[in-house]
Amino acid sequence: MTDAPFRVLPALDDENRFFWTSGEDGTLRFLRCEGCGYYLHPPLPRCPRCGSRDVAPAAVSGRGEVYSFTVNHHSWDGGTEPYAIVLVELAEQEGLRLTTNLVGLPADDVRIGLAVQVTFEQRDDVWFPLFEPVDPSSGDPSSGDASDEGAAS
Amino acid sequence: MTDFERRSIISGIGQSAVGRRLGRSGLDLTIDAALEAIADAGLTTADIDGLATYPGSFPMPAGFAGPGSPEVQDALRLELNWHSGGIEGAAQLAAVVNAVMAVGAGLARHVLVYRTVTESTAQGSGGREGLGLGGGGGAPKMGGTFQWSIPFRAYSAANWLAMNAHRHFHEFGTTPEQLAMIAINGRRNAGLNPKAVYRDPMTLDDYFASRMITTPFHLFDCDAPIDGSTAVVVSAAEHARNVDHPVARVEAVGTALRGRPSWDQFDDGTTMAARDAGAHLWTRTDLTPADVDVAELYDGFSFLAMTWLEALGFCGKGESGPFIEGGHRIALDGELPLNTHGGQLSAGRLHGFGFIHEAVLQLRGEAGARQVPGKTVEVAAVGNGGGPIAGAMLLTREA
Repeated sequence: MTDAPFRVLPALDDENRFFWTSGEDGTLRFLRCEGCGYYLHPPLPRCPRCGSRDVAPAAVSGRGEVYSFTVNHHSWDGGTEPYAIVLVELAEQEGLRLTTNLVGLPADDVRIGLAVQVTFEQRDDVWFPLFEPVDPSSGDPSSGDASDEGAAS
Repeated sequence: MTDFERRSIISGIGQSAVGRRLGRSGLDLTIDAALEAIADAGLTTADIDGLATYPGSFPMPAGFAGPGSPEVQDALRLELNWHSGGIEGAAQLAAVVNAVMAVGAGLARHVLVYRTVTESTAQGSGGREGLGLGGGGGAPKMGGTFQWSIPFRAYSAANWLAMNAHRHFHEFGTTPEQLAMIAINGRRNAGLNPKAVYRDPMTLDDYFASRMITTPFHLFDCDAPIDGSTAVVVSAAEHARNVDHPVARVEAVGTALRGRPSWDQFDDGTTMAARDAGAHLWTRTDLTPADVDVAELYDGFSFLAMTWLEALGFCGKGESGPFIEGGHRIALDGELPLNTHGGQLSAGRLHGFGFIHEAVLQLRGEAGARQVPGKTVEVAAVGNGGGPIAGAMLLTREA
């Protein structure tokens, strides 16, 4: 492992705290409409699809695939190693995406369509949701525990 | 009823000195550009009754915003019926669109519009700063929109747009060699533009030898921060007869913004906001893409010019790679001359307004060595912006 990179921290507030601290129990959450099931990201005070104000953080599987990527070489923050920035589309909803980093794979091996799963990097009171290639030994994501977890929340 | 656009002309244009680290204030440069544009329009400052700018007073990054409209009003002692400055709108072009609306609505008769940058002087030798990484001790904390990118070390629009480019590569088979043609075409044209900041010839080998910024963008895919101010005067159309040179008539604007206004949540990552601004433009004119003689399309990052080629219908969706391959079609003597002044990649980052200025020069036949040869430029298309902001304009020659 290389040393953890410099990271700008998010400024936590009442709207975003659930997202940035969600990884404390190893689970990724997005705001979801309790009325129609639509995931809202970034957070909004009411559902843009059905208008419901009944929105709450809900667990997701943490699985998705790489929608696109770039391998950054320029040193913006003093870092000297290339790193992979990825846009991950979550399995739960078409277009539900996170700009994030891919870890656990050499940056130059990143490809669009790569199946990935969330992993968290803690810094102070923030758990950054990063992604790594899906571990093939962890079974079929469609029948995994994450959907049960989502239903229970 | 006549669409509001055609009640306006661009009666005059002006531009300050343009270059790296000029060491002059934004207001000083703006006054040069403004006075040149006003005189070019056959006017004096006493005739100017409207003032518009992009982005207006804006806190960051250093050198990004020129003087706000109150400063320019005061410096030129303008007596105004209407004024506007702001960053939210149809990209940099919003300031021109606002002026055209004000003239069309009868609120103003002669609007001075300007965009000024001093990014080169402001950045000094420190290079381009990533958003949110301004000075100060301790770990910075990021709120608002940028909390969704910067904590993941995606600091720059270079990073965000590189992902759009890769998605385009993935879906349509676009190649790095095709992408390179935007930069190479720009440099070829910049060699004919005395005010361009980078004029040395660039080969494909030179391009690929330039350092990688963020795949697939090399250094030469990223525009060059400079200092400079560009101004235009938007006048009521009747003023054309008082001007001793051809003018650019405003034919149509494209200001639509659909889908989610977001860098990473937009539905189609291969195009972004240009898609709808471009389509909107053609709903407001009887002209078609085939009528366009010259295209001045935003290339703050090379890939953006490709999205504009598609968005404005010069080629089909996903077909901009083959369209620009080899660079012949977009050359000065090709079927669609592109970024005839060098674009922002080689002429410098005048941030949108360089394209408007160049379009007007081409329509007037005053572009010197880089004037499109062999035909009178009758119709020019301008696209501004990238990612979640976009604006387009169609201009025609009125002799």
